[in-house]
Amino acid sequence: MAGKEVVLSVQDLSITYLTRRGRLQAVSHASFDLHRGETLALIGESGCGKSTLNFGLMRLLPKNANTDTGKIVYTDQAGQKIDVLALNTRALRKFRWSECAMVFQGAQNSLNPVIHVRDMIYDTAKAHGLNNRGEVRERALELFRKVRLDPERVFNSYPHELSGGMRQRVLIALGLLLNPQVVIFDEPTTALDILTQRSILNVLRDLKEELGFSSIFISHDLAVAAEIADTVATMYAGEIVEMGPVNDIFYEPRHAYTLGLMEASPRLSVGREELDGIPGSPPDLVEPPTGCKFHIRCPFAIETCKTTPPPLEQASMGHIVACYKSSEVLEKGKELRSISSTARVARLS
Amino acid sequence: MTTQQPLIELRHVHRHFKKGRTDIPVLQDINLAVHSGEILCLVGESGCGKTTTGKIMVGLLAESSGEVLYEGQPIHGRGRKEKSEYRRSLQIVHQDPFASLNPSHTIGQILGYPLKRHHLVSNRAELRRRIWELLTLVDLTPPGDIVNKYPHQLSGGQRQRVSIARALSVNPHLIVADEAVSMVDVSIRISLLKTLQSLRDRFGIAVVFITHDLALAKYFAWEGRVAVMYLGRVVEIGSTPEIIGSPSHPYTKALISAIPEADPIVTRRKETLPLRSDDIPSLVNIPAGCAFHPRCPFFVPGMCDQEVPVLEPLNGFGQEVACIPLTQGMGLSIRESNAAS
Repeated sequence: MAGKEVVLSVQDLSITYLTRRGRLQAVSHASFDLHRGETLALIGESGCGKSTLNFGLMRLLPKNANTDTGKIVYTDQAGQKIDVLALNTRALRKFRWSECAMVFQGAQNSLNPVIHVRDMIYDTAKAHGLNNRGEVRERALELFRKVRLDPERVFNSYPHELSGGMRQRVLIALGLLLNPQVVIFDEPTTALDILTQRSILNVLRDLKEELGFSSIFISHDLAVAAEIADTVATMYAGEIVEMGPVNDIFYEPRHAYTLGLMEASPRLSVGREELDGIPGSPPDLVEPPTGCKFHIRCPFAIETCKTTPPPLEQASMGHIVACYKSSEVLEKGKELRSISSTARVARLS
Repeated sequence: MTTQQPLIELRHVHRHFKKGRTDIPVLQDINLAVHSGEILCLVGESGCGKTTTGKIMVGLLAESSGEVLYEGQPIHGRGRKEKSEYRRSLQIVHQDPFASLNPSHTIGQILGYPLKRHHLVSNRAELRRRIWELLTLVDLTPPGDIVNKYPHQLSGGQRQRVSIARALSVNPHLIVADEAVSMVDVSIRISLLKTLQSLRDRFGIAVVFITHDLALAKYFAWEGRVAVMYLGRVVEIGSTPEIIGSPSHPYTKALISAIPEADPIVTRRKETLPLRSDDIPSLVNIPAGCAFHPRCPFFVPGMCDQEVPVLEPLNGFGQEVACIPLTQGMGLSIRESNAAS
């Protein structure tokens, strides 16, 4: 991805929630660049801050949230740099959806149940100054065809008349309606059945090739990230602890948490597998642990980990990691991989 | 294993649910047997009837027709004592650890009720000792920290451990785990499954593991069997390595080829079996003949849409499949006219 133009640049973003128990550090010092046409997958478990980070990018955070530090710079189609955190309400409205759109989990209630799909489309277009219904309709029908929906039927349906997979496809089409440059997908295949998930993944892959938008893909499912991402970032307790090209992250993970996630994910193509969960549970972010936030659960932890948080360092080309024991993690990962590939070979023969 | 009497057996079980005036056939002609100490996975997409099957096994739902046998005896028409014994022996762990524990009771109370109800303890000291023992078994240690807590004070994974401990409290012979780990985070899942596995090894408890996640089924039930369900019927059953490694039924093939894998090169090279339609037919209007035929790329007109296929042995290894072209030895071939849209 190096050399390609940066569409969205996030620097040192920190977000806290004010809760009854005190300040909850949901995202701390997150930085990344999203390039044109790139798909960045954010992986991590519930409560790791991946959704908060994205709500922060769209400035959709609830009132009790505060963006403490950081900068979000968006480069629009004309090449102009926009400081997202400085946008006023009107400019923000334009930024959302027409520059940067968000696609929510469709199996839940992201569509208004009492109006037709067509009215949702007309309303969205109208709010962004597109008043020519004929043109909007054409555009919507074209997008519906692209996401493999029966255009006329779906256009005139209520959400309850559609299946979960169809609703998700409507949301994807709706997200792309104003031709945004950046699309954020928040768990778009979670809670869908296997075959439906597969068709959504195929639709996304084709759309990306055809329309060339950049996307941020939030998922707790590593397999989905492996399938769709160019770059993968692992988040733990509000921090991006490792980020790199998809093959580097999956085949040469350098953070103990990333390796832990890999070791906890069963794979169909490997025969009998020895898997291990990660002991303990994610930390309380009101009173986060000192040092590396993962040290309590980490099998590699040394004394330094308990006191000093590890800095994010470049490990190889485009691959950064915040772990003192990254070379040990790398070795351990290689060892485990060679065992599992032996199992694969044994099964094939 | 096959000569032994099964722990629980379903014979030609049907189940309908009424919705208004229509009868919805949720299960049709289910034949399954679970032996003691065995792991059986029920997999399939939502609405295929896997949860209903689990509930019928433990007696939470009655079958509309057919027979459910526990240790060779029908479960209905038993005396009170026998019924209580059957109920005790079969336990279920539900999916949602937030909804399945009473929020106003402490963990100690939650674990204590079944022990008292089934007269498994005779005094308070024994009750306490048994609760401590159960919490230790499911790795909730130290028990003293947990026993007076309320469910909301525990994490999802811990709550699910409490559910497992509750199921174990009455010394069951079979546990039905209904999507028991699907709401728990990835890092916690494996350790929960390991706990279940160790309990099976230690006490010889049979486990019926209901899941939509085939990779998880593969990991958990490597030594057991997998039954694949589609629209209320079992379409294929066999040992886990057989089903995962060489699936026979077109639906199983489609499922396995559709699953993304946590390995970028493998997953991007994977060839998906193209289906003729993406939409699952409604249970109200199940297609005639093989219910999968409108989606099946190997569909043989005049055969698959006429006759309902039944499970038949495919080979000598106990694998059974419900697919007419396969069981008649015709093999499967993708027809031009069936090409995916």
